Amino acid sequence: MVLTDGSRLIIESLARAGADVFVGYPITPANLLYRYAIMRFPAALSAPDEITTMQWLCGFSATGLLPVTATSFPGFALMLESINMAYMMELPVVVVLAQRLGPATGSATAGADGDLLLLRGTISGGHPLPVICINSLEDCWTVPPLALATAASLRTPVVLLTTKEIVMTQCSFDLKKLPEVQPISRPGCPDVEHYEPYAPGADLVPHFLPVGNTLHQVRLNASTHNQQGIIQHLSAPGLENTARLEKKMYANLSRYTRYSLDEETGADTLIVAWGNAALAAREAVKLLRSKGKKVSLLLPNTLLPVPPEYLDIISRYPRVVVAEENLSGHFRTVLFGVQGRDGVVGVNSLGKMIAPEEIVDRVMENGRVAFFIS
Amino acid sequence: MVESPFLSPEPLPFCPGCSHHLVVRQTAKALTRLGLKPLEVVLVTDIGCHGIVDPFFRTHTVHGLHGRSSALGAGIAAGLKKGKVVVYMGDGGASIGIQHLIECARMNFPLTVLVLNNMLYGMTGGQPSSLTPCGFKTPLRPEGKLEPHYDLCRIVHSAGAEYVSRLNGTGDFSDGLVEAFSVPGFSLVEVVEICTSYGLRYNPGQKTEALAQNAGLEFGVWRNPAKPVLRLTLDTNRASLLDEEPITRQWTAKVENRLGILLGGSAGGGVQQAAELLARAAIVSGLYSTKKGTYPVTVGTGYSVAEVVIDRQPILYTGIQTPDVVVVVSQDGLSYTEKLLSKMSQGLLIIDESLTLPPSGAKVITQPFVKMAGAKNATLLALLYFLKSTGTFPVEALLNQIKNASRGGAEVASRLEVQLSELTKEEEHRSAEEHKEV
Ligand code: SF4
Repeated sequence: MVLTDGSRLIIESLARAGADVFVGYPITPANLLYRYAIMRFPAALSAPDEITTMQWLCGFSATGLLPVTATSFPGFALMLESINMAYMMELPVVVVLAQRLGPATGSATAGADGDLLLLRGTISGGHPLPVICINSLEDCWTVPPLALATAASLRTPVVLLTTKEIVMTQCSFDLKKLPEVQPISRPGCPDVEHYEPYAPGADLVPHFLPVGNTLHQVRLNASTHNQQGIIQHLSAPGLENTARLEKKMYANLSRYTRYSLDEETGADTLIVAWGNAALAAREAVKLLRSKGKKVSLLLPNTLLPVPPEYLDIISRYPRVVVAEENLSGHFRTVLFGVQGRDGVVGVNSLGKMIAPEEIVDRVMENGRVAFFIS
Repeated sequence: MVESPFLSPEPLPFCPGCSHHLVVRQTAKALTRLGLKPLEVVLVTDIGCHGIVDPFFRTHTVHGLHGRSSALGAGIAAGLKKGKVVVYMGDGGASIGIQHLIECARMNFPLTVLVLNNMLYGMTGGQPSSLTPCGFKTPLRPEGKLEPHYDLCRIVHSAGAEYVSRLNGTGDFSDGLVEAFSVPGFSLVEVVEICTSYGLRYNPGQKTEALAQNAGLEFGVWRNPAKPVLRLTLDTNRASLLDEEPITRQWTAKVENRLGILLGGSAGGGVQQAAELLARAAIVSGLYSTKKGTYPVTVGTGYSVAEVVIDRQPILYTGIQTPDVVVVVSQDGLSYTEKLLSKMSQGLLIIDESLTLPPSGAKVITQPFVKMAGAKNATLLALLYFLKSTGTFPVEALLNQIKNASRGGAEVASRLEVQLSELTKEEEHRSAEEHKEV
């Protein structure tokens, strides 16, 4: 047993999974991730700001390296345009986003799960950006390699979503139970002679050749472009390529779908929780079951795009309680839209952790609760 | 027109008379003169007229965001083992990305940036940039730019660039480009041009030479001594973060249920360390524990509060809604926890005797922790006192953690042990007296 924090596990896991380089700009609560990455990653640089960070990362990624950064909302907001660039150029990058309380600079040392709706709209045009969430200390070890593998195999930026409570809280933890982390490498190009920078493979992902290779010309482009990477206006090949970016994410969704489902036979209520609230939700399920209440629990790791499995699971339950540490119910909105659905209620909070008892109370309540009232 | 291995034979996409034609051809000429092959070169461009040229280059090409090409190029250059990275940006791009240029110079990324300074943002209708000299007329400022410009070359040179030059964008300037491209580290060339479509229309007859002279922009070369070039080296043998000594169980705890313990003190009062040692001591006693800290952004002043949860069961939820135990040793800590204390209908409050007792339903223990142990160790003494009086887990578990925490730890632990026994003796004496009176 050791006393450790989520930041340490995330960084160690990413390094073992094959991440090559970390670029950091310190921001609370991502500071520990930055500090550990400087100690642990094969290479690490300090950048003067978040835009520079993301541009350097994209440059590294273009040469074949697997780069990572960590930030919080204000930094992520600055990275937004460059994340779009990585998305359009199809450059793998992992951004660990440690959420804190907003809006704006909010409270740097207070936890929150308030960035999901921003992430849903991060890519201009609404294209899906893979967002994979950490729901426990164990996840800090097992989820980062999935984020890295998704970035590498789909040639895309991926957001690894976590929170202040997980990255900064020290917890007793048994290192012996950690599984091996399998190293990831970026898939190469099997047929260099016929290489085209954005010609899709069977999985809609183009093969990768690094810039600077002396075998074949590589063109990367942040503007609308065709398969050759040549800038286009609204030509059919240009728009086809842009549409492929969206299709690529959905076509491969099962490769990066991960969740845990604890279903109880006869339960009429499903609790859905992610991030900070997932910590409370697991405790709440224990409490409810000790009171004889049958209840199931869905802890989604893959938040965006929404895996179809979630919709199947949810449709089996007349009552769904979504717990999340934001006021408006981000994941609830993603799942059910603004109108909601009968039997769907939220447990929400601002500036404080949701207590297990609050989830218990909401599960035990009867009747419909107005969508916006938590 | 001589064919170049670096360029496709099609005509370039710029307006007639635009100096960008010349910059592109001089780039190709200089790279050829250096004996480079197209695939040994990466051209990075961004948004602006210059950026539409990349399809015409037979090098690798990367077309990025407005003003960011030097940072993107820096990443590429540092990631490559060899090869030449050439970056194009306009004067608008240089204004947007001045920070990137300064960082390239400071950190000495191995690339050459060509700033195609045509005195305005050509692609978006001709507003002036930060490099446009005062008085220069543009479609969006037909009366002439009112604000001053800055001298990009001097800024980048003072940031440490190995090589900086300003060239007049006329004639054959490939010698200057060969020189810049040959620099192992960072080099920047500002090519002075005038956008024919927007610039010359509003400033008819204007010549680059006179324009530069009037604006106080010298043509020339500025150098700094060579310094290490930033190319990434990967050290895949870094030590694991998990190699720390595991905490082995040595004691047995009495505690059955989850306990939420809140420690409130002042910055610099050792609250965070005390909380961590308590969490470790709980593990040594066979328990699970968590620890988190709360403090203002200025960590060296104001309150310092820590939450420790200990439990016999694995802890899933790390929050404390209502604490079971609150330890307060300073006014900062009291002010922070007061509201919470007023809501407590049970539990234990251990508070320094110097503080005014807040209203609370908790059982209260007051002792002179600060007077005895000093501000730095008052929380630890209070925690030892808590363990001693409740038997939550053995006092020795915490003493042992204190002993091993730092070089002077053994001394601190033995002092605290003596102070604890003084406190408990007094307490025993007091309760014996009370007993007699009853
Ligand atoms: S608009 Fe100006 S800068 Fe752009 S191509 Fe034409 S002349 Fe050159």
